Amino acid sequence: MSHAVIKVDDLTKCFGALVAVDRISFTVPAGSVTGLLGGNGAGKTTTLSMLLGLSLPTSGVIEILGHQMPRERSRILPRLNFSSPYVDLPHRLTVAENLTVYAHLYGLSGIAARIRDLAAELDINRFLTRPTGSLSAGQKSRVALAKALLNRPRVLLLDEPTASLDPDTADWVRTYLERYRDETGATILLASHNMDEVQRLCAQVLVMRSGRVVTRGTPADLLGRYGRDRLEDVFIDIARDRDGNADGTGRADAA
Amino acid sequence: MTMASEAAAAMMVLRLRRIYAMELRYWYLLRRSWPRLVDLVYWPTIQMLLWGFINSFLATNSSWVAQAGGVLIAAVLLWDVLFRSQIGMALSFLEEMWSRNLGHLFVSPLTPGEWVVSMMLVSLMRTVVGVLPAALLAMPVFGYSVFDLGLPLLAFFINLMVMGWWLGLIATGLILRWGLGAENLAWMAVFILAPVSAVYYPVSVLPPLLQGVAWLLPSSHVFEGMRAVQFHHTFPLGDFALAVGLNLVYLAGAAALFLRLFHQAQQRGALLVTGE
Repeated sequence: MSHAVIKVDDLTKCFGALVAVDRISFTVPAGSVTGLLGGNGAGKTTTLSMLLGLSLPTSGVIEILGHQMPRERSRILPRLNFSSPYVDLPHRLTVAENLTVYAHLYGLSGIAARIRDLAAELDINRFLTRPTGSLSAGQKSRVALAKALLNRPRVLLLDEPTASLDPDTADWVRTYLERYRDETGATILLASHNMDEVQRLCAQVLVMRSGRVVTRGTPADLLGRYGRDRLEDVFIDIARDRDGNADGTGRADAA
Repeated sequence: MTMASEAAAAMMVLRLRRIYAMELRYWYLLRRSWPRLVDLVYWPTIQMLLWGFINSFLATNSSWVAQAGGVLIAAVLLWDVLFRSQIGMALSFLEEMWSRNLGHLFVSPLTPGEWVVSMMLVSLMRTVVGVLPAALLAMPVFGYSVFDLGLPLLAFFINLMVMGWWLGLIATGLILRWGLGAENLAWMAVFILAPVSAVYYPVSVLPPLLQGVAWLLPSSHVFEGMRAVQFHHTFPLGDFALAVGLNLVYLAGAAALFLRLFHQAQQRGALLVTGE
């Protein structure tokens, strides 16, 4: 089995009395796509935020690419990237300007060539000179993906990568992610509400509820375990606590 | 060159690249936004004209002002250095808040320290671009050149820039803590200190208690020094040393406060979700 690129052990995040993430542990194997599922407020974004070093854990250990986050962030961040529809790029800068700024932040060489290649791959050539704020949601998604791929990341964390996209654009993004993973061997962790997306992309699924990982496995495992045909029904069962086997602690499942 | 020193040099190059990246980011923003450019130059020029005319009037009606031509013009230009320096820091920070870009920035290898340095450099650029045209305009309009202050002008400028930086750091730290709801802090921070900075009048005019407060501010020493050069043609080294010393202490304190508030923002998860 591939070694784990992301290792999370007993991770907890409290905001005052609120326990947003409650002693979760999981690993993400190298070169895999893992889905992080859960309803609103389940703790997905908080978990991603801690993995990215944007939020500090209350307790627990995060290890990415063999280094501890946040203590060794400078060793991790050059090889990691992230995209989220809830974090913008500066609206008034053109797409090319934004990509140039981030290319310098990641210390890339051959910036013009890298942007040219990415623009061709992601089909964003037409709006490189347009202000980022003037783009449609689909165009912004492609640009966000371009920014996330600038440094050829070994680890890609994606928060709802196809949220608010039309089916055609969403399909295009999923196809691109599959290809990127296959070509580069990158490890991808994605938080999503889209069950079709998860079923298509993910080798492993972690389902969170109330800050805990309540179940995990391959999409096929989960369908079998819950006796459902669609992952969406599994999601609803778990969200409504009709799981039958999970005790709500997330510790009933073997990793 | 040892391997360790090579690694350190490579690390320094990357740091400078990241600072340069942030300079580019603010430059791109400024060059494509004419309202921002106009705003940079507009207020210093209006202030200079207003105080220039007051200076002209008082020069013939006040023996104090008559002793040193342009004392009020120099004061307003130097005051604007302090204001532009502070607001330059705060605005760079607010641009990231407004554009919800903090999450992307701090997922990149950029460190808070590098970001602070880049904001300081942007504030320097904004101050020069804003105040220089007003200073040049004062020459033909009022026949007064602030550059006649000579080398001391550089000492005053540097001290006021540094004071603006630490005030900006405190303001941005507090906005980071309380969100955009505290945005007004960015605009009012420097004005809280204006009455006790002795910009247009000597410290001796203030009540005794406020004089004590004034002497704790680098700005008071700068403006007293400015008047000493204008009225007595001497550069008070004591005031200069005190201004430098106070600035170093306050800058260190403000940097520590900013980093602490940044750390708290990370604990609260506020870097990913910024707003009111």
